[in-house]
Amino acid sequence: MPINLYIFLALALFSIGVIGVLTRRNAIIIFMCIELMLNAANLLLVAFSKLHLADKANPALNVATNGADAQLFVFFIMVVAAAEVTVGLAIIVMMYRNTHSVDVNFLNRLKN
Amino acid sequence: MNITQILFWLLTVMAIGSALMVIVSKNPVYSVLFLIATFFAISGHYILLNAQFLAIVNLIVYAGAIMVLFLFVIMLMNLNTETEPQKNKWLKFAGTIAGGCLLLVLVAALRDADTRTSTALVKEGDIGLIQNLGKTLFNEYVIPFEISSVLFLSAMVGAVVLGKKE
Repeated sequence: MPINLYIFLALALFSIGVIGVLTRRNAIIIFMCIELMLNAANLLLVAFSKLHLADKANPALNVATNGADAQLFVFFIMVVAAAEVTVGLAIIVMMYRNTHSVDVNFLNRLKN
Repeated sequence: MNITQILFWLLTVMAIGSALMVIVSKNPVYSVLFLIATFFAISGHYILLNAQFLAIVNLIVYAGAIMVLFLFVIMLMNLNTETEPQKNKWLKFAGTIAGGCLLLVLVAALRDADTRTSTALVKEGDIGLIQNLGKTLFNEYVIPFEISSVLFLSAMVGAVVLGKKE
């Protein structure tokens, strides 16, 4: 498939995530939109990892593990996202316990 | 149009449609379920790109573990009511316009880029198999792998400390 299509798909998913973060007030949904943006970046990394193998003319690019780095980056992004989710959900639970709501506008109270 | 293209477009429509449903559905439980559908579509894209290890890890870690954690928190807080306070209509409008402008600018910038003739290989190449990934991981990325275990430990301690009643 042309790499352009993957780029546009990842951009669409990322923009949907941005729109969700900007328009929703539920902290959990904002968090889910952040996960969506991370996945858009992952998809783009995987698509680009299969890109440079297409150059059959250059034998230096035909190493078997070429592009494995990008897929390992995706693996590490998933690791970091899992750690982020545990801490973030703990923060949301604590926020709900204090304010009895997950509305991010209540976090204005942090000012005082 | 061969079977690969049909699958690509099917998965693309599924991914974008369910991602849109994530941000428009009022009930957070439905949002989580549509996000799981999005992750399944992205895993389908990974399989199409022959990144089988990442596809399975995406399903197990994201759709299996993280989304269950989200569902658990939503049901623990009894948030599956449709009483979420809504933002001001103009703020929503402005957010949508801002995100749409971001998409428009990025697409317009990348439309004429030099990538039009490049193709991502589908259904071939074996870098996504677990043998090659494992060899690369344990040969070149051992230090980040070990450091991520420290990250997990600190995240676990942080979650317990945050969740503990004072």
